[in-house]
Amino acid sequence: MIMDYSPLIVSLRTASLATVIAFITGIYAAYIVINIKKCKGLIDAILTLPLVLPPTVLGFILLFVFGKNSFVGQILMHLGYSLVFTWEATVLAAVVVAFPLVYRTTRGAFEQMDKNIIYAARTLGISEWKIFWRIIVPNTRHGIIAGIILAFARALGEFGATIMVAGNIPGMTQTMSTAIYSAVQAGDDAAAVFWVLVIMSFSFVVIMLMNFWLQRNDNNKMGLSLGNGG
Amino acid sequence: MLKVKIEKQLNDFYLDVDFTVADETMAILGASGCGKSMTLKCIAGIETPDRGYIEFNGRVFFDSKKNINLSPQQRRAGYLFQNYALFPNMTVEQNIAFVAKGSNEEKKAIVEQNINRFHLQGLEKSYPTNLSGGQQQRAALARILAAQAELLMLDEPFSALDSYLKWELELDLAGLLEKYNKTTLFVSHNRDEVYRLCKRVAVMNKGVIEVVNDRYTIFDNPQTAAATVLTGCKNMSAARKIDDFHLYAIDWQLELTSLSIIPDDLQYVGVRAHFFLIERDDSAVNSFRAHVDKVIENPFSFIVMIRPYNTGCQRMLRWELSKNKWQQLQNKDIYVSMPPEKIILLTK
Repeated sequence: MIMDYSPLIVSLRTASLATVIAFITGIYAAYIVINIKKCKGLIDAILTLPLVLPPTVLGFILLFVFGKNSFVGQILMHLGYSLVFTWEATVLAAVVVAFPLVYRTTRGAFEQMDKNIIYAARTLGISEWKIFWRIIVPNTRHGIIAGIILAFARALGEFGATIMVAGNIPGMTQTMSTAIYSAVQAGDDAAAVFWVLVIMSFSFVVIMLMNFWLQRNDNNKMGLSLGNGG
Repeated sequence: MLKVKIEKQLNDFYLDVDFTVADETMAILGASGCGKSMTLKCIAGIETPDRGYIEFNGRVFFDSKKNINLSPQQRRAGYLFQNYALFPNMTVEQNIAFVAKGSNEEKKAIVEQNINRFHLQGLEKSYPTNLSGGQQQRAALARILAAQAELLMLDEPFSALDSYLKWELELDLAGLLEKYNKTTLFVSHNRDEVYRLCKRVAVMNKGVIEVVNDRYTIFDNPQTAAATVLTGCKNMSAARKIDDFHLYAIDWQLELTSLSIIPDDLQYVGVRAHFFLIERDDSAVNSFRAHVDKVIENPFSFIVMIRPYNTGCQRMLRWELSKNKWQQLQNKDIYVSMPPEKIILLTK
């Protein structure tokens, strides 16, 4: 039997890019939300919603927003581009499901940080940009990395929204999850088992990585874990 | 010169403060949660007052009428936080270098100068978690001076330290305040620290500055009930004027004589625990026979809780005296008096 490894490649490329996008948007969203005063609960609910909605609902919403008959879809059509059933659509679906994981864990980490440290930095004349990148992010890196790992695992396993907006085109939008679905439909048990094992191993490694990371975080208090830097 | 006149609605009270600090160290003495820290935060720009005006050395920090509200970065008020707030991901050296301005050489010089000034040699490469409370405080002060703050605000600087360290740091800080002579606001609930470190004291109660005066006047004649308690007076009673020199202390059920003229709107009377005199009998002015309720032993003194004998008075008075004196009184009827010149008269 000749195995087609393209689902692995598609999955890894999709999950990697989606994680990068979810990381950047997620930590910015977290930073903005902790600093706003009005409508905090409402905005938080909207940003967290993809975490709890069924992926089919997300897929439906994405089709509604980016589909050929939608406003955005029409604009893209004029630019000679269609998002639905492309590789970019798999990334979009993965970003939407991975984003809340980065946003939530990062927000939790930001909120746990001692506010006085940020206030002190402000009174000492440090710009907000520098405070964010040189003080907030390094001091909450454990939470952020935990969020990234979870987001990557979630992006890797995404199925429902992906199959609705990106389809299941072998070599292009077929990920490992959708490949399992196809294999089972076609009665190809060997292929299904193969992809099941691959996904399980990946997920297992990812969770182990995270446990290792969190444990390290508990054992070494800040500073010690940084070695003798400086 | 710092001018502050601000108002802000807080959860349980209304902050309404108005004071001026020259190139001196002024204390704000107040109980926990009276709005002291909030006042400092408004000055630093961390919190925004609802209305008012803040000016420092001719620069307007905040003016609600003209819509001026400088950012904390523009104000650059040196704020020493209760927990010192060092950056945990940076060493002592990096903490200082991070806030210093100028070329790399200039930064290096600033770091070195402040490391030496605060005796932090040998700790340059240490992270804040590996420092003691005192070392953290010195590093935080070094960082404030490296940022070239002109205004210094110390928020309960000794509250996180044990008493041995506290004393050493207080001496250090007293030396620093004397040497650098910057406009300094020192916030504390501890009357002893305030008395030792500051010449001028503002007493704050429920968001309002009740009295501002030099430390001697504040401690001799606190003027308000809150100030009396904050300056350490342990005995207070509701009071009523009888005539110009006589009053009735309602809680203690005692008629007392005062040396100064009693105001018509007298509300309270106070006497400090150290100021009771031992008498032979009840013939002296303001004397009474004391019923002893409780005796508490301190390392070097006794605290004796007393009540006027046979009056049915329920409010105990706190009397503090040396071990020696108390031991001489054993097995005797006890008579005490409150010297008329030591009686604190309060109208609010």
